[in-house]
Amino acid sequence: MITPMLSEAWMAMWANRLRTILTMLGMVIGVGAVILMLAVGQGAQQQVQASIASMGSNLFIILSGSTTSGGLRMGGGAIPTLTVADAQSMEDLPSIGSVAPSSPGTAQLVYGPNNWSTQIIGTTPSYLQVRDWQLAAGSPFTDSDIRSATRVALVGQTVAQNLFGEENPVEKTIRIKNSPYVVLGVLAAKGQSLDGRDQDDTVLVPVTTAQRKLFGTQFAGTVRFIMVQADSAEAMPRVEKSINELLRQRHRIREGADNDFSVRNLTAMANTAAETAQVMSLMLGAIASISLLVGGIGIMNIMLVSVTERTREIGIRMAIGARGKDILLQFLLEAIIISVIGCLIGVLLGVGGALAVSKISGMAVVVTISSILMAFAVAAAVGIFFGWYPARKASLLRPIDALRFQ
Amino acid sequence: MSDSVIRIERLYKEYVTDAGTVPVLRDVAVTVMPGEFVAIMGPSGSGKSTFMNILGCLDVATSGNYFLNGRDVNRLDRDELALLRNQVIGFVFQGFNLLPRANLEDNVALPLIYRGIGRTERLAHANAMLEKVGLGKYSRSRPNQISGGQQQRVAIARALVNQPKLLLADEPTGNLDTRTSKEIMTLFSELNQRDGITIVLITHEPDIAAYAHRLVRLADGQVIYDGPVEHAAPEHLEPTA
Repeated sequence: MITPMLSEAWMAMWANRLRTILTMLGMVIGVGAVILMLAVGQGAQQQVQASIASMGSNLFIILSGSTTSGGLRMGGGAIPTLTVADAQSMEDLPSIGSVAPSSPGTAQLVYGPNNWSTQIIGTTPSYLQVRDWQLAAGSPFTDSDIRSATRVALVGQTVAQNLFGEENPVEKTIRIKNSPYVVLGVLAAKGQSLDGRDQDDTVLVPVTTAQRKLFGTQFAGTVRFIMVQADSAEAMPRVEKSINELLRQRHRIREGADNDFSVRNLTAMANTAAETAQVMSLMLGAIASISLLVGGIGIMNIMLVSVTERTREIGIRMAIGARGKDILLQFLLEAIIISVIGCLIGVLLGVGGALAVSKISGMAVVVTISSILMAFAVAAAVGIFFGWYPARKASLLRPIDALRFQ
Repeated sequence: MSDSVIRIERLYKEYVTDAGTVPVLRDVAVTVMPGEFVAIMGPSGSGKSTFMNILGCLDVATSGNYFLNGRDVNRLDRDELALLRNQVIGFVFQGFNLLPRANLEDNVALPLIYRGIGRTERLAHANAMLEKVGLGKYSRSRPNQISGGQQQRVAIARALVNQPKLLLADEPTGNLDTRTSKEIMTLFSELNQRDGITIVLITHEPDIAAYAHRLVRLADGQVIYDGPVEHAAPEHLEPTA
């Protein structure tokens, strides 16, 4: 029953080629837009997620707070109030993974004829755990390097490329502020951070070396910030509370007075960014879906016109024995064929468009099988849904009325 | 009586319009036996087309009985009526009513689609029928490429392709010239005599009615004559168009 009906439907569509193509176009654009938008949205989402993963998980950053001296309120971090000792005491708190006190600064590096200015972070070996950072080559510095404030360094990929080019940096000696430092290892590539900075443009040195030999400190033992990693996401609120309590006690802050430090939940900020990307992705998909809906309404419109135009034909078919369901099937098939073929072309255009977008703009795009399947399912459903009403209308015509229709 | 092709008793048909109820057929009773060739005549508005549509199961009566091939048509649902139209009745219209997009063999094969017959068999039947009406070599032509008389032959081939018991023709020669009309009527006579197909046709013209054996004259929705054509009074054979 289906096969002759298919050829009947095909014949009708072929007889009205232009109209069929225009109807299909609505579907093509709808499906193409859905696929393209989903690809762009998911690409953005994936990029954000990659950045978040590169930051490390379950992170707090504790910054020196503002101080007030003689009515003059200083900005955040104006006076370093955090110390390596603060960091060490935090390690004993429950649910804490690693703690990394950090003292950043900027300096010029020299190796042979090359030089490069970059951010240098004085920190401890646990910085690598906190940031979930692997070494591409060499080995990290150790606690004994911290104790003796040795001149050793770990270099990021960008630094390695700019100073060493093709050469292997491990065991080479670079000069920072005219002092020799031995490169112990090269950090693995991390790429861009959420705010677009190049995370690989950095050098790690022992925190004690930075404090005593490289930058010096206003007050002995102070650091600019401390990074803390909690054991799990669930433990984060608890950890935040215990850090606050511990630091207030250690800094002898009276009841009711402001903190001289601030604790920021980096993971919560990252999750916000991820949620934003997801909402963006959903929005794009929703907007594209509207065009799919409009395409469907276009199909219904044309099918209604087609039923009216072919009322007489329906009458003839009924007079020679077509049942209501035969007529229904014929028109429904037409609608489904239009939407499925339109969908196929739309998928091709959508995928092609996504590839073109990534080629031209360099945006990350992700075309998933599930988005294609979804577009397909929606297109078929739209065809059936919007084809049903006109087809049903045709099938319910009384033969005599259809035959008499002029 | 039970082996009649058509048995109609106390048939009434009314149309409801804005101006009120208009009676079209009033107490019509007609019985047609297998192999009969019946012509229906009557002036415009006499209800003959409505009568024909009811015979063809395209329209339903307001009241009365209609037994087609022994089945009570009033008790059948839409699908069963479609089946009757498909297999028991062949319909020929004044305006031919072919599908303009389809070629002749597809047009003739159309009723077979609704019987679920495969394409090869469909086309074989269709071509045999086209051969029978003398149009075998035009099977791939479109309806607009042949003459009116030829189109009516195609319509007859389509009506016959399911081997119906009953052929209903609503002014089949109304759009044709005299010579072509004669050819079509000769074909009807052959089908009636050689193949024993029961034929009921509507006409305005006495010389077309003369091909039939029996005349039913309608006026104002009532049968005013029902008998052999040759015994009909001259006023019953008056042209009505």
